[in-house]
Amino acid sequence: MIHSLFLINSSGDIFLEKHWKSVVSRSVCDYFFEAQERATEAENVPPVIPTPHHYLLNVYRHKIFFVAVIQTEVPPLFVIEFLHRVVDTFQDYFGVCSEVVIKDNVVVVYEVLEEMLDNGFPLATESNILKELIKPPTILRTVVNTITGSTNVGDQLPTGQLSVVPWRRTGVKYTNNEAYFDVIEEIDAIIDKSGSTITAEIQGVIDACVKLTGMPDLTLSFMNPRLLDDVSFHPCVRFKRWESERILSFIPPDGNFRLLSYHVSAQNLVAIPVYVKQNISFRDSSSLGRFEITVGPKQTMGKTVEGVMVTSQMPKGVLNMSLTPSQGMHTFDPVTKLLSWDVGKINPQKLPNLKGTMSLQAGTSKPDENPTINLQFKIQQLAISGLKVNRLDMYGEKYKPFKGIKYMTKAGKFQVRT
Amino acid sequence: MLDSNKDSLKLEAMKRIVAMIARGKNASDLFPAVVKNVACKNIEVKKLVYVYLVRYAEEQQDLALLSISTFQRGLKDPNQLIRASALRVLSSIRVPIIVPIMMLAIKEAASDMSPYVRKTAAHAIPKLYSLDSDQKDQLIEVIEKLLADKTTLVAGSVVMAFEEVCPERIDLIHKNYRKLCNLLIDVEEWGQVVIINMLTRYARTQFLSPNQNESLLEENPEKAFYGSDEEDSKDDKPDAASLVKRKPYVMDPDHRLLLRNTKPLLQSRNAAVVMAVAQLYFHLAPKAEVGVIAKALVRLLRSHRSQGNWAAAKAALSVQGMFEPYLKSFYIRSTDPTQIKILKLEVLTNLANETNISTILREFQTYIRSMDKDFVAATIQAIGRCATNIGKVRDTCLNGLVQLLSNRDELVVAESVVVIKKLLQMQPSQHSEIIKHMAKLTDNIQVPMARASILWLIGEYCEHVPKIAPDVLRKMSKSFTGEEDIVKLQVINLAAKLYLTNSKQSKLLTQYVLNLAKYDQNYDIRDRARFIRQLIVPTEKSGALNKYAKKLFLAQKPAPILESSFKDRDHFQLGSLSHLLNAKAVGYQELPDWPDEAPDPSVRNVEVPCYEEEEEQEQVKKGKKKPPQDEGKGGSESSWEEGSVSESSSSESDSGSEAEESQSEPESKRRTTVRGRAGQPGRGLLPLSSGTTPLPCREVGRSSHPPPCTGLGLSSCPSLSILDQLITSQPQHVPTAFLPPSAQMLSPVFSTMKTYELLHRMAGEGLSVEYYFNRQPFPPDPHMVAVQIQFSNNTESEVKNLRVSEPKLVSGMRIQEFQEIAVEPSGSMVGIDTCPQLPGVNWAGSFSLWHVSSSTHSRQFYVSIQPPVGELMAPVFMSENEFKKEQSKLTGMSEITEKLTLLDKCQSDHTIVQRVTAAANHLHAPSFPTGRFAAKTVTSGSLILITLEQKEAARAHLTVNSEKMVIGTMLVQDISQALAQ
Repeated sequence: MIHSLFLINSSGDIFLEKHWKSVVSRSVCDYFFEAQERATEAENVPPVIPTPHHYLLNVYRHKIFFVAVIQTEVPPLFVIEFLHRVVDTFQDYFGVCSEVVIKDNVVVVYEVLEEMLDNGFPLATESNILKELIKPPTILRTVVNTITGSTNVGDQLPTGQLSVVPWRRTGVKYTNNEAYFDVIEEIDAIIDKSGSTITAEIQGVIDACVKLTGMPDLTLSFMNPRLLDDVSFHPCVRFKRWESERILSFIPPDGNFRLLSYHVSAQNLVAIPVYVKQNISFRDSSSLGRFEITVGPKQTMGKTVEGVMVTSQMPKGVLNMSLTPSQGMHTFDPVTKLLSWDVGKINPQKLPNLKGTMSLQAGTSKPDENPTINLQFKIQQLAISGLKVNRLDMYGEKYKPFKGIKYMTKAGKFQVRT
Repeated sequence: MLDSNKDSLKLEAMKRIVAMIARGKNASDLFPAVVKNVACKNIEVKKLVYVYLVRYAEEQQDLALLSISTFQRGLKDPNQLIRASALRVLSSIRVPIIVPIMMLAIKEAASDMSPYVRKTAAHAIPKLYSLDSDQKDQLIEVIEKLLADKTTLVAGSVVMAFEEVCPERIDLIHKNYRKLCNLLIDVEEWGQVVIINMLTRYARTQFLSPNQNESLLEENPEKAFYGSDEEDSKDDKPDAASLVKRKPYVMDPDHRLLLRNTKPLLQSRNAAVVMAVAQLYFHLAPKAEVGVIAKALVRLLRSHRSQGNWAAAKAALSVQGMFEPYLKSFYIRSTDPTQIKILKLEVLTNLANETNISTILREFQTYIRSMDKDFVAATIQAIGRCATNIGKVRDTCLNGLVQLLSNRDELVVAESVVVIKKLLQMQPSQHSEIIKHMAKLTDNIQVPMARASILWLIGEYCEHVPKIAPDVLRKMSKSFTGEEDIVKLQVINLAAKLYLTNSKQSKLLTQYVLNLAKYDQNYDIRDRARFIRQLIVPTEKSGALNKYAKKLFLAQKPAPILESSFKDRDHFQLGSLSHLLNAKAVGYQELPDWPDEAPDPSVRNVEVPCYEEEEEQEQVKKGKKKPPQDEGKGGSESSWEEGSVSESSSSESDSGSEAEESQSEPESKRRTTVRGRAGQPGRGLLPLSSGTTPLPCREVGRSSHPPPCTGLGLSSCPSLSILDQLITSQPQHVPTAFLPPSAQMLSPVFSTMKTYELLHRMAGEGLSVEYYFNRQPFPPDPHMVAVQIQFSNNTESEVKNLRVSEPKLVSGMRIQEFQEIAVEPSGSMVGIDTCPQLPGVNWAGSFSLWHVSSSTHSRQFYVSIQPPVGELMAPVFMSENEFKKEQSKLTGMSEITEKLTLLDKCQSDHTIVQRVTAAANHLHAPSFPTGRFAAKTVTSGSLILITLEQKEAARAHLTVNSEKMVIGTMLVQDISQALAQ
């Protein structure tokens, strides 16, 4: 299984190594650096790199390469998924997962990694269990520890590890019992030049933050569960119940977790909440090009579109752009050729617009392709698929919890071809 | 700082050291100083020391040995976390000298009470194996034992150990197959992946291919119907083979079980699990059912973790045909990393068919304008493949590609030229225009591969372009010296072909080119030139070949087939590393082919209640594995341990684990030895009942577990007299007082003796004590309940002077102590009867614990016995009339009724009787339609009557009549629990 793990930052320094079996020399990473050099961008590094004696599997997140070394046949997704889980755990422990944070908390990181794998096989990956074994660092705890001499390491086996509900610890107590659910939907779409949709899909997740005392048993039902085409659950959800009644029934983990991710069936037409009108033209002869983008709302069900951000990778021939936006800020990086325009809120009465000229490299002919435009936006209080939670019930405990549900629609990979 | 007294300073020091290790700096100089702290009380320091040890122990083996004793102590710690972590570290320090210690620790931990420790033991197995592969046989034994474990926590880890140590021992899985299938859903995710992969291999060896009929039909439909003569004649056993083949395929229920139980896991959030299930379906499911995985795989692909989804995409390539509805999910975004773009493209090309080709081509058109040139090149190739596969669109594609020839980007043009060349080869005659156009391009294109392609095309089809060809050759000969090798070769080729078809115009040119080539740096080119000169230029010597030169050069060439570069990886298991790399990874295990004939499915039967022949089979098997003298009356330590495992697992749930079965068998052997030695008719009772009634036979086998201890003889043991007395007196008591008409009726009463643990051997430092209620009257005082206590010594040394000291009894309780046992040699067992009396007056009190402290000469252990209420009574025999009479007396306050719903498996009378008698020591009064049971409390002799009336639809009324209301209520609870299980 997994032999070793190396964390490598974007400048190519190995800043952490951990071995679960015999020590593998860090020179094995040279193969990785080689591959990294060959790939132009960080994302393009091949995820599996075979070397004469080992295989290097890597994941690139938060500007850190997580490189796992394995020696024998393992399902590659097993390793990749585990690496992602490691990143998630770090994020859970420290809030952010960055080189600095990992370096600062290297001991905790080491202890966590030690618990996560035994002899290269995952031992405890539930963050609830890990947090009982090794408590995440907080300022308060550090102070207390230095004064009292107590430790971050739990000396009892977490109860969850042995129970049938490993994701929940026993003896949870809160004064305010709350359960919040966020229904977040992302639209992945490709829109062509003329504004018609080539493909559009909705990916949704329900993230929950549950702070309830004891062992509550929750059921969540939807008004229109038929919408959900393909779902994947947190292990706590009882699959049988979903199959037969389309009700989510579960004993929730404590704290934040992803209850469900779903996909809305492609048969349903996806409402596209924004449109982009663009006019980008290069002329062969002159060294100037025209550039104009307008963003407007469409099918938003009366909600405002916020947090709009337009980015576009301009062709290499573009030297500079002089643009004037009707609202928001725009930047153009002449090195990476990345144009980004932070639009903000869309006011339907006065549509935001970015207009100006591009100066092109003299002598070169016009690029074959107009740049594609990537769009980000947010719409609060709306699930674009129309999914609605019907009710949330709690069994098994006596108190009345405070329940809340929030909807949000975001752009996923929303691309407009020009 | 490490030498300091303060924990906080030590901690600080250790933290710095660990930080050094993490950064990859060498900290091995500090080894002696760190090792000292291994016994530190502070748990965080301890952990960090462990981290350090695991890292450097290999380099400093001698010093590492210093720490071993600490771990050994840790292994006996009452805290399971500490036991587990001690085992983890002990097994992780790779020092060959401690192999025997590790082995011992693993064996111990494998039968630990805590599943967490057992899980750690499973993890330790592969570590030990990699350290010393000679231990394999012993490790396999441990694996076998752990495989029988019923907790989900252990399952995943032990299967992982199985895969690493002995993947070839598939026979170990048989017994556990169904259990694994059923547990699968509750196992943690990582375990699921391993188990599913293992089961895939298992199923491939154990079941018939679900697609065999189909494939047979596809291959030779006629033969399948009429039977083939040829095949039969070839086949050694024609009849058998064809019979098997013709028999309609019926899926093995176990095969179905596996498919059914894995399906929900497609919804897992863990990509690896989904992938594992997908490959399981791909390799095992009938063709019609494979489709279910498509949706899940597309989900993996869509997942926003970009790097994870290439694997899914690669899988999708292998599993074509079911992704059509998801075509649009594979459309490419300009932000995708190149490798994913190319994979998606591959999938799109594979999905293309006549109906969707137009949309796909339109999509491709956008891709061609992309800025990512590698991707554009791949797209052009994809177009080429679409064109070859679907004849309808070939012309459209070709036109599109020709337009690309005017693209400004050289790479694009070059790639299109190469693809066009391939396409043209299929139907050259209609496209001389294109060839002409391409000939013009030679002036501009610099990419060697493209130039070579054009030259080849012109040469091949020079008849279609008679005027242009010589001109091209002229141009090329001018620039010959500056060309790449590949182009030069094609120039020579072109020259030769022109010379043959149009020697008038090109003779001189050819000569010139050949001369140039003759002095080229590259020997390949020189060779070629020489070879061609000899072939085509007529000289005196080379007459023979000359004639055929034209045929040689201008032969019809078969059109190339444009293939995906991902085509030939189907022979690897889907989703495996080897599949991904298309190369066999170390440790890859070939997926076996389906067997022609299904192996005997009965090997997986475990939960079937005792069929004679199966047991016989089992005995034969076991007999082969272990020589019988092993389980002789000596009761070696290992066999005893097995026994204790079987006990604990049997108390958990129903019978069925393998360990138990293996136990039942030696037990029966011991039984016979008992009988043989004693030779008294009364002892024959148990074997007799087992002989006549097959069903409870195994149960009796288990319940007679105690006799072996008594039968062990232990002639030195003083308690033997008591036991002997008990046993010999048994026939006198039983027949006169209660013996029912047939022994069959009595056997259930004995059937379910549970053993309760009084002192675990971890806690007891090697001494373990168990007790059970043997339900025999206690001869010295009939008003006492007999409790049989077994001591077993698991240590190396002798335990002396076992006795009960200072029993703390709740008021009203009496205990008859046993005599002191002087010496217990190592590895032996002693059985003792002791009889507390629990008087009826003070019931509530007597249920609180009965405190006994058994002490050895040096140590004292405090233990307590808590008897279930059902054990405090003795069965009574009465007729129906008597029963009714007594019942009518005990109504009102002393009658307690409860309504029950009987589970399916509890419907039959027999099971009801079994369960009730298991819960309470009652005698089933025979020959009534409703289940009736009667007993008296041992102390006061008050009657307790149980009536169980079955109503329709699995309802039942349970009535207990007793003047002791407390007993009554508790009994109702116990029985309804027993029935609900």
